Amino acid sequence: MNYLPSDYLPIIVQLVLALGFIVITMLVTHNIGPKRNSKLKDEPFECGIEAKGDARTPISIKYFLVAILFVLFDVEVIFMYPWAVNFKKLGLFGFGEMILFMGLLLAGFYYIIKKGVLEWEK
Amino acid sequence: MLEAGFIIKSLIILALFGLTLLIATYSTYAERKVAAFLQDRLGPNRAGPWGLLQPIADAGKMFFKEDFIPSQASKWLFIAGPCLSMLTALMATAVVPFGDSVKYTTGPNQILTVPVQPIDVNIGVLYIFGVVSLGVYGLMIGGWASNNKFSLLGAIRAASQNISYEIPMGLSMIAILMMTGSLSMGEIVSQQHGGNWNIFYQPLGFIIFITCAFAECNRTPFDLPECETELIGGYHTEYSSMKLGFYLFSEYINMFVSSAVISNLFFGGYNYPFMDSVHQFLTNNLGAIAGHNVATLIGTVVLFGKIFFFIFFFMWVRWTLPRFRYDQLMNLGWKGLIPLAMLNIVLTGGAILFLKPLITALLK
Repeated sequence: MNYLPSDYLPIIVQLVLALGFIVITMLVTHNIGPKRNSKLKDEPFECGIEAKGDARTPISIKYFLVAILFVLFDVEVIFMYPWAVNFKKLGLFGFGEMILFMGLLLAGFYYIIKKGVLEWEK
Repeated sequence: MLEAGFIIKSLIILALFGLTLLIATYSTYAERKVAAFLQDRLGPNRAGPWGLLQPIADAGKMFFKEDFIPSQASKWLFIAGPCLSMLTALMATAVVPFGDSVKYTTGPNQILTVPVQPIDVNIGVLYIFGVVSLGVYGLMIGGWASNNKFSLLGAIRAASQNISYEIPMGLSMIAILMMTGSLSMGEIVSQQHGGNWNIFYQPLGFIIFITCAFAECNRTPFDLPECETELIGGYHTEYSSMKLGFYLFSEYINMFVSSAVISNLFFGGYNYPFMDSVHQFLTNNLGAIAGHNVATLIGTVVLFGKIFFFIFFFMWVRWTLPRFRYDQLMNLGWKGLIPLAMLNIVLTGGAILFLKPLITALLK
């Protein structure tokens, strides 16, 4: 079955509906609520101890490593989608190739774990 | 012909849009009632009969609260965060099939068949994954723009948890795609005709998928981005009025969407056992067109029954299991679910290539 660009028109309808709902709600809630500002109230929320500095601080490197690993692994997952759709056509040959591919992937995965990238306890 | 079909499609989208909002609104009520039931309390019972007007009262309250923006926050990003979160949640229902098809006559001997699905594209599964993963931006932008350390911590936790659990989710989908050979949601559902549901072939895939769905929706036991005991409110600490409402609301919409996706992928969507005899009975008694439409309606009701069960399941788990620790969460995602999902792919491949021909040979 072939798809024309016009088949995607309903998505535009849904997008317009969603955007309309969001914009109207935001405008209404902005305009009907009270406005009472004060210097202390406008500060960031703290819970007992006064906050020092702002939140534009460096964060733990582990989150960045996870993000980089995600990019790597997600590309591999996306690469598997066309293979999965054509799995029955490719048969045994495709299966062998994918086991090889996943073996290489798992080797890299093993390396990551041994390097301690995913150790959150320390 | 195309015009009439387009209008019907738009009406279906409008109806589903309203239904999504209604279900998300009443999920908040259901959550409190379920919590009350599990904790032997009464739950909301003041606003209207059985407290049924409670969600409307809550929404009204949120609208009349002060729309507060902290002085140190990045103003436009602060507004964009919840909007983006809500937008991605609302867009995800676009490719989910909510029923078989509606038939109606456009003229003498002309019958138009429109599937009860906003849009059936051949990349439906990819569309859902794409839109759902965009939801991370809403949380991340909102948390960062607040310029509060609690918000920032909640936001990076949310981002890193969502992306970590997206990988096993994608991998567990691959096993389904190998069986169906199609990325279209409509095609995947129609292949599970009758009682031939994917859950019977993919129990491991289902467990991985639902675990990841819990993590993607930031629901307990994986609600670390907003755990009150450590982070106050997490990424939405600074938010008030309907901006906070959008964050909470989008969580319930995401819950509805993931329940719908789970029902469609693993539990046959609108299919139920003996549906053919029901369809036969209805078309014999009501005529070809009306009978088909009534059968579609029954299928849709069955699908919503499944969806409501999974929404209830989300709540049941929330009030049963305690929260994970962050290192446990990451270890489960990376060291537990990813290798398990890969094993599931290999097992599925082996079963399709070796077990299936063997069984068919033995049955002959």
